[in-house]
Amino acid sequence: MNLSKIFIQLASGMGVSIYIFIITLLFSLPLGLLVAFARMSKNVIISGIAKIYISIMRGTPLMLQLMFVYFGPYYIFGIKVSNGYRLIAALIGFVVNYAAYFAEIYRSGIQSMPKGQFEAAKILGYSKFQTYKVIIIPQVIKQIIPSVANEVITLVKDTSLAFTISVAEMFSTAKALASSQTSMVPFLAAALFYYIFNFIVAELMNLLEKKLNYYK
Amino acid sequence: MALFEMKNIRKSFDGLDVLKGISVKVDKGEILSIIGRSGSGKSTLLRCATGLEKVDSGEICYDGRAMVKMNNGKAEYAPKDEIKKIASCYGLVFQNFNLFPHMSVLQNIMDAPVRVQKRHKDEVKMQAMELLRKMGLEDRADAYPYQLSGGQAQRIAIARALALNPEILFFDEPTSALDPELTGEVLKVIKSLADLHIAMVIVTHEMSFAHDISDKVIFMENGVIAEEGTPDEVFSSENERMKTFLGRY
Repeated sequence: MNLSKIFIQLASGMGVSIYIFIITLLFSLPLGLLVAFARMSKNVIISGIAKIYISIMRGTPLMLQLMFVYFGPYYIFGIKVSNGYRLIAALIGFVVNYAAYFAEIYRSGIQSMPKGQFEAAKILGYSKFQTYKVIIIPQVIKQIIPSVANEVITLVKDTSLAFTISVAEMFSTAKALASSQTSMVPFLAAALFYYIFNFIVAELMNLLEKKLNYYK
Repeated sequence: MALFEMKNIRKSFDGLDVLKGISVKVDKGEILSIIGRSGSGKSTLLRCATGLEKVDSGEICYDGRAMVKMNNGKAEYAPKDEIKKIASCYGLVFQNFNLFPHMSVLQNIMDAPVRVQKRHKDEVKMQAMELLRKMGLEDRADAYPYQLSGGQAQRIAIARALALNPEILFFDEPTSALDPELTGEVLKVIKSLADLHIAMVIVTHEMSFAHDISDKVIFMENGVIAEEGTPDEVFSSENERMKTFLGRY
């Protein structure tokens, strides 16, 4: 098998990786915000649940969480899952895990906003919702971009963990190719793919950061 | 009927009594200055008047509408809708401006009238430009707050408060965060507002300014009103504490 064939196969695995990456961000970024508000809630039950959730997500390996989501329905509830559930389990696992990390980033960002911003908004008559939407969140976004960028870059690499529940993403493909070819080349090629993927992501985050630099 | 009235306001923080039964009345178009040492409760008074702090007991009325009243010995705040209506008749200018850094000067002024009061953008823009002219800052409409000097930022904050057409405007030490040479430009603007017949309550350390602009002056000490009257009365008071306080300025 020549190099171009390896690349083509890896590229199709890459498609799955990118899919996991995009879906995870699409859902975990807003979900994280909800969790952050739950975590900051004055209701101790709500904030308690959010706290425990975040603690578990951050305190156990993502790989285990993926296995739990994938095998859980069968071993706990005896539900037979279809083959297509692999990818869905991976997506659920990633979204739920990353939402916890994003929640903490949002929370620290919101809590670091000067009190005066909330007070000025209140005096001007903004509702709570408007205050967050128009005044607070736009400023928080600018502030947390470096930490979010860190997580997003980690996510690119973490997508390879879907391999543990046999989702045919790039890493699984690379491993299969490596053993069938008894060669390191597929791994090197995969590394290159991940690197390029992350390089693009990092550049996009930089661009966003620059775009928000219109104020201080 | 007084435009603004607070009766017997008490407020403590962690057992420390900051306001010990304060009553203040402001009529339409009247200008009241509140002077006193740091820690005498002046800022807390404004924060209670504007709803940023909840009082422990006492009553607050705007134009006859009760924001908080006593019910069986307990302070009871009006329902949310009523509070919202009441809040539309006052504004507050902060010591450290609290402009929104991610919005341009014009957006800072226009956003609340458009978003909160649901007024038409074109009309608000005309008013905003007029306010900027009045503040001498019409060329700064597209600037961002970080590009402004402290004096300019405070004038924009005043314009932002005025854009909501309040009947009474509170100032919480509006020049305390400014260099001396910038203080003058802000005081000049506040003086010019007197012609607009908006009532003003100004917490300030600028004694001569308070003397010149006010209809009434209150001297606060340790959470109570120690002296109250026309500027001439208060500034020539024989009250020992008042005299030592003024001696420092």
